[in-house]
Amino acid sequence: MATIVTDNCDLCRFTDCVTVCPMVCFHADDKMLYIDPVVCIDCGACIPVCPVRAIYEVKNLPPDKHHWIAINAERSAALPLITDKSQPLPGALERKKQLGF
Amino acid sequence: MLKIAVVGSGPSGFYTAEALLKSSKAEVDMLERLPVPYGLVRYGVAPDHPKLKLPATTYARTAALSGFRFVGGVTVGKDVSVEELKDAYHAVVFCCGAETDRELGIPGENLPGSHAATAFVGWYNGHPDFLQHSFDLTQEQAVIIGQGNVAADVCRILAKPVDDLRQTDIAEHALQALAESRVREIHIIGRRGPAQAKFTDKELRELGEIPRACVSLDPADLVLDPASAKEIEDPRGQTAAWNMALLREFASRPLAQARRRIHFRFLESPVALYGGQNLGGAVLEKNRLEGPPFGQCALGTGVTARLDCGLLFRSVGYKGLEMPGLPFDERRGIIPNREGRVIRDGLPLTGMYCAGWIKRGPSGIIGTNRADAVETANHLLADMHTNASLPSKAGASALLPMLASRGLRCTSFEDWLKIDAAEIARGAEAGKPREKFVRIKDMLDIVSHQAAA
Ligand SMILES: Cc1cc2nc3c(=O)[nH]c(=O)nc-3n(C[C@H](O)[C@H](O)[C@H](O)COP(=O)(O)OP(=O)(O)OC[C@H]3O[C@@H](n4cnc5c(N)ncnc54)[C@H](O)[C@@H]3O)c2cc1C
Ligand code: SF4
Ligand code: SF4
Repeated sequence: MATIVTDNCDLCRFTDCVTVCPMVCFHADDKMLYIDPVVCIDCGACIPVCPVRAIYEVKNLPPDKHHWIAINAERSAALPLITDKSQPLPGALERKKQLGF
Repeated sequence: MLKIAVVGSGPSGFYTAEALLKSSKAEVDMLERLPVPYGLVRYGVAPDHPKLKLPATTYARTAALSGFRFVGGVTVGKDVSVEELKDAYHAVVFCCGAETDRELGIPGENLPGSHAATAFVGWYNGHPDFLQHSFDLTQEQAVIIGQGNVAADVCRILAKPVDDLRQTDIAEHALQALAESRVREIHIIGRRGPAQAKFTDKELRELGEIPRACVSLDPADLVLDPASAKEIEDPRGQTAAWNMALLREFASRPLAQARRRIHFRFLESPVALYGGQNLGGAVLEKNRLEGPPFGQCALGTGVTARLDCGLLFRSVGYKGLEMPGLPFDERRGIIPNREGRVIRDGLPLTGMYCAGWIKRGPSGIIGTNRADAVETANHLLADMHTNASLPSKAGASALLPMLASRGLRCTSFEDWLKIDAAEIARGAEAGKPREKFVRIKDMLDIVSHQAAA
């Protein structure tokens, strides 16, 4: 099993997910976050706190988002860790509204 | 350097310590009533969920940071007072969890056979406080009151084939008793409807995947009232929507032969337990829901039915214990606080803080305590910063001699590492990840043996 960040996270960076993660498994690029499937324990703490519902447990992942499983594994391995809350990216609030949250 | 005492070594204690130590402004002494750390990560999380115990590996990393000290075997409020800690430290952070459970408050509650779910959890997890408990697993009918994740854990441990537990760190005494279990029917009862069940979808799904057990529920219970239907369409009701989908799938399964059967029942509350020398069963009152979406209450309809059972576990909430010398919110079972600053009569008490379940009540999972503890630690550091003229404090150099003079045998983190290694070695013989020491004396013997060797 695994827990996956998907496209809704793009350009948000609210990082509420990072603040509740009991392991250290979030990695970030300029645009979004990814979960390291090797370190993640699938505790689910990050899922309900994401303000744009970007995170899914694999079993609940909508079929059109399955490619994100591989993306999370690949990107997390290549990117630096993020362990603390950061500032949302500029425009994050508008994007949140746009996504309907 | 600020000298800070953290009371309790569960998730919130370790996240508080981590945040304080990483600021490089504080030293942390962590006081724990047991000789061993980690709170409910060690004694709550179910033995068949080993991955969920891995946060303890991050706590061990915190313990290795300079400025950290573990003092096990000290009950604050009994062995040392809040006032004494206040004298020795710049601030005290209470992270002592929700150590007692809510009762049903109905006649017959204390009949033998009626238990707190937490007692069962403590027993199968080898908590020294629950060694003396025994559970009559010769009973065929068991009832669990409550539909949260703790209820799901209890249900799963009762329903699982014992062979599926042998390679876990479950306590040996529990494994032996469960091997003899004759429990066949497990009723798991919620006072509200299926859309308000508090399970996470993950815990619920697992109940449908237990080998040689089947799930059953009345499809009529899955017909939602309009307010509940609104709840599961709302983004806030996402977990409930996933739960409903799982329950519908459970209800659609063909009847199967099974060793054990899990019955999900909704809109029922126990109003009395009956029996003679032992529990004989529960009187359940049918409820209806009233109120707006996300604010629906269960109201009794006056219609009752009996459900025979010889074993009952209540899992209807937890609350903290009052700490002598601190204010206490009796109703919520927490220390009254504003974002982690302890308050009395609306005013913050200098140097007194709290985090975790004792701060916000028993909600959220392990990681939830991280954001919660960081909030408390940040307030503490900000308060100490504005208070420029801090006196120096003696910290452990005052505390440790005081504890020794009271005849206490305290454990250090190095002692815990020895106990940890001994448990893992014992477990390896039986193919288990560890075999816990369940008596405090046995834990302490390991420490003194190794010291002597
Ligand atoms: C049965 C059960 C199963 C759970 N399973 C999961 C799970 O699978 N996954 C998950 O993410 N979360 C789970 N949780 C929730 C999780 O355990 C809690 O969110 C978390 O442990 C709360 O942390 P805490 O530090 O506030 O309290 P605790 O973990 O309870 O820690 C409190 C510590 O303080 C100590 N203490 C208490 N009083 C004193 C005193 N007077 N002096 C000194 N020390 C004291 C206690 O001994 C204990 O070590 C479970 C909870 C329960 C009850
Ligand atoms: S909270 Fe959600 S949107 Fe924000 S960084 Fe985390 S996954 Fe991305
Ligand atoms: S599921 Fe848990 S461990 Fe995995 S990323 Fe989310 S919070 Fe971290």
